[in-house]
Parts: sequence; structure tokens; C-alpha cells
Amino acid sequence: MPKDFGIGAPVKRREDVRFLTGKGRYTDDLNRPGQAYVHFLRSDVAHGRIAKLDTAAAAAMPGVLRVFTAADFAAVGGIPCGWQVTDRFGQPMQEPKHPVLADGKVRHVGDPIAAVVAETLAQARDAAEAIELDIEDLPAVVDMRAALAPDAPKVHDELASNLCFDWGFIEDNAAAVDAAIKAAPHVTTLELVNNRLVPNAMEPRAAVGEYDAADDQHTLWTTSQNPHVIRLLMGAFVLGIPEQRLRVVAPDVGGGFGSKIYHYAEEAFVTFAAKVVGRPVKWTASRSEAFISDAHGRDHITKIELATDENGKFLALRTDTLANMGAYLSTFAPCIPTYLHGTLMAGNYATPLIYVHVRAVFTNTVPVDAYRGAGRPEATFQIERVIDKAARELGIDPIEIRRRNFVRPDQFPYQTPVAVLYDTGNYQATMDKLEALSDRAGFPARREASAARGKLRGFGVAAYIEACGIAPSSLVGSLGARAGLYESATVRVNPTGGVSVFTGSHSHGQGHETSFAQVVSDLLGIDAAQVDIVHGDTARVPFGMGTYGSRSLAVGGSAIVRATEKIIAKAKKIAAHLMEASDQDVVFKDGRFTVAGTDKSVAWTDVTLAAYVPHKYPIEELEPGLEETSFYDPANFTYPAGAYACEVEVDPETGEVEVVAFTAADDFGNIVNPMIVEGQVHGGIAQGIGQAMLEVAAYDETGQLRSGSLMDYAMPRADDLPSFTVDHSCVTPCTHNPLGVKGCGEAGAIGSPPTFVNAVLDALNAGGFGVDHIDMPLSPARVWAALAAAR
Amino acid sequence: MPRVSMTVNGRPVSGEVEGRTLLVEFLRETLRLTGTHVGCDTGQCGACVVHVDGASVKSCNVFALDLEGVEVRTIEGMANPDGSLGPIQAAFQQNHGLQCGFCTPGMVMTAAALLAENPSPSEAEIRAYLEGNICRCTGYHNIVKSIQAAAAELAAGRVAAE
Ligand code: FES
Ligand code: FES
Repeated sequence: MPKDFGIGAPVKRREDVRFLTGKGRYTDDLNRPGQAYVHFLRSDVAHGRIAKLDTAAAAAMPGVLRVFTAADFAAVGGIPCGWQVTDRFGQPMQEPKHPVLADGKVRHVGDPIAAVVAETLAQARDAAEAIELDIEDLPAVVDMRAALAPDAPKVHDELASNLCFDWGFIEDNAAAVDAAIKAAPHVTTLELVNNRLVPNAMEPRAAVGEYDAADDQHTLWTTSQNPHVIRLLMGAFVLGIPEQRLRVVAPDVGGGFGSKIYHYAEEAFVTFAAKVVGRPVKWTASRSEAFISDAHGRDHITKIELATDENGKFLALRTDTLANMGAYLSTFAPCIPTYLHGTLMAGNYATPLIYVHVRAVFTNTVPVDAYRGAGRPEATFQIERVIDKAARELGIDPIEIRRRNFVRPDQFPYQTPVAVLYDTGNYQATMDKLEALSDRAGFPARREASAARGKLRGFGVAAYIEACGIAPSSLVGSLGARAGLYESATVRVNPTGGVSVFTGSHSHGQGHETSFAQVVSDLLGIDAAQVDIVHGDTARVPFGMGTYGSRSLAVGGSAIVRATEKIIAKAKKIAAHLMEASDQDVVFKDGRFTVAGTDKSVAWTDVTLAAYVPHKYPIEELEPGLEETSFYDPANFTYPAGAYACEVEVDPETGEVEVVAFTAADDFGNIVNPMIVEGQVHGGIAQGIGQAMLEVAAYDETGQLRSGSLMDYAMPRADDLPSFTVDHSCVTPCTHNPLGVKGCGEAGAIGSPPTFVNAVLDALNAGGFGVDHIDMPLSPARVWAALAAAR
Repeated sequence: MPRVSMTVNGRPVSGEVEGRTLLVEFLRETLRLTGTHVGCDTGQCGACVVHVDGASVKSCNVFALDLEGVEVRTIEGMANPDGSLGPIQAAFQQNHGLQCGFCTPGMVMTAAALLAENPSPSEAEIRAYLEGNICRCTGYHNIVKSIQAAAAELAAGRVAAE
């Protein structure tokens, strides 16, 4: 295969042409004939009882088709949760109801109360102002510790408390970990916050519902990372629509980062309302609305203890975390602080004893769910921060202490004490690469140069591992998933040889249309231009689980490989018949079938045509046609890993931090398109630095979101960041998927926050300011306060 | 309702608008030019940037009715006459300057305005100029690279033309 378009080539993305010319088709670009618009009236208080809700005046306003309230949804189900966690005592988590429109009570600012459907958006908005609404304020619970107090107001009256679950992992190890910590020569303790974030994909969520009475068919266009998941959750659990009557389309989607995985009330609403009003119904979130209705990310409070011997050898690790669920359980919320966080607490290290305790808490805030990394950034942040503190306490170099504890290459496959089995990796190699690329040896001179300019320079390092390619269905099922986690692909070869690939994965920026085509073109030896990738439409693609958790290539790509292998096997039989040979003797290479040891050969297109025009065809043993489907269920997670370094300059007068350099050395296994992989790492690093330096979804004590717009919520901008140095030349191929790939979408967001924070603390401590920790985001005010306290 | 007329991508257009209709709404809803995007409601994100009489403008921040007779250029007007990607667009594709594509029209329009003002900007100047454009996907690394490449390409074109 010519290296300019097969596996491993930095192929330019085909999807870019439509995006660069304004021809992208995002949900809000779509307009259906006769469409009406919905505007949601949302709660502006965090907690209250709806004392009065009178929609008569609004319904009489010009252009209004109908005003909906909870009463209209009495006969349908609530928004379901897709993961059930069992607590330390064997009991299921507390699972509150989540109505489509608030029923009796509002539980967070942004909770939808009523919905106005009108001829125009302006009319819908105007009419919403005429709704008479009285909310009797109730005291809000915002702080997680306060929410757990015995006399705290309850977010859900029907539940026993605000505790969703109390989870221990692995519970049977708790006593041994406790004993090891008590007996250890040295214990490093750190209390930290993993700050709440707003994902802020640049495309706000949108949805269009349409109903065709002629054949009782519903269609929903929505900004989703996984249209089949939405079809299943909404069809089966909320609206009771049989799946064959419900089509969900996720067209071009402008970024997701997790926030577009979940099934949201607005999607159910437009689908439901389109049938009631007999018109297509469109909704597009404003950015302000997105801030109070998209699921948020992170929001953990943690105490972590690391027990070591005098040489910095890790003996035991224990962590105790409060995880905010917000007011309702979003689709995968319970899984994030448990199985995506607890199972990663070994990090890259051979720590023999680990115990993870997590309590999940309801508060009067927006629901929290997976955001790029999902649980793994929270785990990595704790581990890599406590290790840095231990290194400082023990007087060991931070890279050296990590190297002493890395799982060694000869220990793979490595069984961690937190259930997962790492198949392969080489953490020393990525650390070597990092030290070279970041020129750590030259750092002292750079520090001196900064000092000469009155700046404190710091070098921070962190290692990370993540579990990607989620995951074996049987395993996740035993852990509480209410879904399977395979991926599907259909490869359809057309009579003239072109190929349509239908994938259950969904691309919202990842470039699947290009990289998946590279894979198929490589396997078939035909030009990538001959291969089209189709995704995002339940009417076209087989039942698929979608894109999140860096799973698309590892799971979705593997399904494509399997389906393509079936195509090749069948095509060889057809070719054998055409050449009157045995299919055992047929060799397929570079798009040609030959009989080994002879000069007989037929072209790819001879075979594809014969498959559909089966005049000369082994019809007794083979059906005509050339189309195969595969559902690939992986044997394990994949485990990308790497080492990151950050250099910062801190201004001791103002507390301002500048990121001067950032280096990433990753092991993603094999690479299909290095250009796309590097782009994923860049974006992840920017989001991670955003979390560590700038971003926070800040609630006040009454439950108002203080950073509720892009004016107040500090997104990383171009001048906040440097250019990055990224490398993926350390390769230990995944041992259990056909491509040997591991996934790269979240790595940057996982590895960069502790790297950045470690760099700032290195700058401060080396500058003579004894500071153990600063909570993210490390704003100038916080850094300045830490400097002042240390002076 | 009052009418407004302007030139968009070289084509005379006109339509009825309300006083509160924003330029971006006129482009997207009336003219169905959906390449210009709306990413926020506070003038912060730059997904909506277009050129009005040659200057880059956030189209979510101006009323259509105030723009009688102006010349507007949008992302739909950035390709070469033969339909192939224009030099800035091509540089974005070549350097992977976009992922989800949502911020991209605004980025390309802002880049065009920058390069018209300053044909060979430094990295720091590019980053400073992009202050009003947010991208959540790329970390800006490849956007900066794309703009540098476009600057070089345009400069080479100018040299060749001389
Ligand atoms: S839409 Fe965000 S600045 Fe115009
Ligand atoms: S490419 Fe997605 S926001 Fe910039």
C-alpha cells in the first residue's frame, strides 16, 4: 500500500472541504418544511416548589401553537440513567426520577419548567415571558459536605438523603490497605479539589423533531455522539416509541467532549412535541442555556494518602472522594467516579495495595457526567500530585521517584490491585523520550535566565495511563452498565468496486471519514477515494454504541477490520471460482487476486462485479452480493500511557503564570493517521491546561452559576497557550485488537492538569516559597495568595 | 417589516427583517448561508466572524438593518473562482487547522483579516489577533501553523506575480 494514503500516513482530511467552505451540515443548519420553534422556560432558582404555573396568557400570544408543562408528560417516562452502581453494602444506588419538564419542584438553575412552541423563535421567547410562574424558594444544597449533613435539605424528597451511593473499591482490600498505611515509614497526604468544568463544545446543542403520520415514523436530528444510544434510551424508556419507528440522525456535530453522549430532556421534548403539534419542532441552545443545561464535568473533592518506604517505594494508596452528581443522574454519571476513576488508581505504578472510597452526592446544581477523560483525569490528578508532594518530602527527584515505581516492561501483562489488567506498555521509554524532548538537562540554565528577569521558572512532570476502548460488554455489564459496549460496522462493496462503510462510531471532529477510509483502503489495496464512510444515522448504520472514551478506532475500527476481513474471505472464494482454482491458493494483494505460483489473476472489480452479476458463480456454496457486518466486542480495555512535561514562568509580584513549553511523549500503540493523532493531543492538552489554569464552573451558596457565560467562564484562548511538542514514537501495540491501536482522544486532557500544577509548585518551591498545593484553576489571584501566605 | 439590501459574496441580496434581526440571523435564516455559525450570545467566541466592507465583524453583534448597501463576505465566498479551496482554506486543510469545523469559518475569516493587515505576522501576533476566536478542539497549535503557512503561500504568490 502506498504510504501516502494507507495506515500510518498523515492523510489530509476529506471532511475539511465541506467545513472550510461553509457546507457543513450541523443540526442548527437544518430546516424542515413547516418547522416550528421551541423555547424553554427554565428555573432561575436552584431549589424551589412550583406554587403557580399558568400558561393561559402565553398560549394566547401571537404565533403560539402550544405551551407544554409536566402535565403533558404524565403518561411518558423520565430521563433514564444508563449505569447502576452497587454500594459497599450490596445495595443499589439511590436513583431519583428525572422528569422531562419539572414536576412540582425545580432542582437546579436551568431546570426546564415549561416549553412554548411557536411559529418563530422570537414569538416563542416572547410568549414564555407571559407564563405566570411562582416558585416558592427552598434552601439549596450546593456544597457536597453540607449536602451530606443529617439535617440538610433534600434535593429529592422521595429519597432517604442526598447520598446517591457509598462505594468502596475493592472493599475486601480496605483493611489491608489501612494496616499498610499505619505501618509505613512515610505517608504523604493531600487534600485536593478537581474543579467543576463546563465542556463548552463550540456548537451548542440543538435538536429537530419531526413526525410523519402517514407511516407513524418519528425522526430526531440531534447533536449526539451516539445516535443509537439516544434512540434506545428515548424510544424505549421515555417515549415508548418502537425503535423501527424512530430514526435518530446526528449529522455534523461541532465537538462533544462527552457532553453530547447523554440523552437530554430537550431531545425527548422535540420528538414528543412534533407529533402533538403536527409540525417539525426545532430547538437550538443559546450559549447561556448550554451553561445551565449541558452536563458538567469533574467536581470531586478528595483526600489521598500515599504510603512509601524511605526510598520512595510505594507501599499503599488510599483515596476518599466526594463526587458531585448534580440534581439528577445524567446517563453515565454514576460510572465516572467509580469504574472510570477507581480502576485507574494504580496509574503507571506497581503499588501493591490500593483502596478507593467514593461517595456520590446530589446537589442543586446542573447534572455532572463524563467530560473528556471522565474519571481518569480525576484519578491521574490525585496520583501525580501526591507523588510530587512525596518526592519533595523525601528529597527524591520527581522523575526518579516515578521511575522507581513504574510497572516494568517485563511485568506485563500486569494485574493491578484495582481490577484492570494492563496488557502492554513501556513507561520508562516514554519518560526517556520526554526527558530528551523537553531538554530537561538544559532546564537549570533556563531557570537562571528567567530568574535574571525576575521570574520563577518551574519544570513539572507527570505520567498517566488511561483505560480506553471501553470495553468488554460482559465486564461492564457485571459492573452495572445497562448497555453493551461493542461496536458495529457494515462494509458494503458496490458492483463497480467502490465501498461504503457504515460505522456505529460517530465523528464530531475526530476525522473518522478519513482515518477509517485509510484502514479499509489499506486492507483492500484500493484507493482511499473509493471508500466512503457513513455514520450518524440509525436508518443507515447498524446498531452502534457511538464515540466516547477514545474508543472509535480501537473498537469501531476493529469492527471495520473484521467486516473487511469477511469481505476478503468471500471475495477470494469468488475469485477462485472465476480462475477455476481453490480458494486456498488465492492470494489477495494490492487489489488483485492471483493464484499462487501461476500468472492467473483477476482484478478487485472483476470479483465485485461477479458478486452482483453472478453468471459465473459458485451459487451452490455462496450467496451473491458482497456485504458483511461485524459486531466487535473487545477482550479488554486498551491502555495508552505517556509522560508529560510543562515549563512555566511565574511572576512573583502578580501571581501570573505563563506556560512557556509543553511536551508530550505518548504511547498510543499503532497509529493510523499521525496528523490526526497529534491534533487530538494538542486539543486535549489545551483543555487540560484550561482546567488547571483558567476554567471553573463556580456556584455561589444559593446555587447560582457565577461563571455562566463565556464572559465569565475563562476558556483557553490562543494567547494563553504555547505551541506544543508532541511525540508518539514510543509504540507498544495493543495486544488484543486487530490494529494494535489504543486510542488518543483523551490523553492530553488527562495528563496535562497535574503536569501544569506540578510545574507551578516547582517554580514556587525552588524560588523559596514553601507551598504544598494550590487548587485548580491556578488563577493569578490564587497563586498570588499562596505566595503571600508563604512569604 | 422593513427591507434591507446588501451585497453578499458579490451577489446583491435583500430581505425583510425586524429591527432586532442580527446580521448572522439574516445570513443564516433569510439567505440560508449557514456557513457562518453562532457559538455564543455574548460576542465572545468569534464563530460568526464575517467581513463587512473588508473589516472583520462579529455578525452576532450588528443589526442587519444598519447594514444597508454594505458588502459582506462570508466563508461561502472564500473559495477560488473555480470552486477549489482558497489559499487560507487550503492551508487549514494542509495543516489540520480544524477538527469539528464549528469555529473554522470564523477562524478563516479572522485569519484573512489578519493577513490583509499584516502579511507576515509572528506567532505571538497571530495568537494575539485570535483573541476573539475560541476553538475548543485544536488547542490552536495547528490553527497558528495554518495561518503561518497561508502567510508564506500568499507571500510566494505575490512574489510570483511581481
Ligand atoms: S456568535 Fe459568539 S461572538 Fe458571535
Ligand atoms: S475545530 Fe472544533 S471548535 Fe475549533
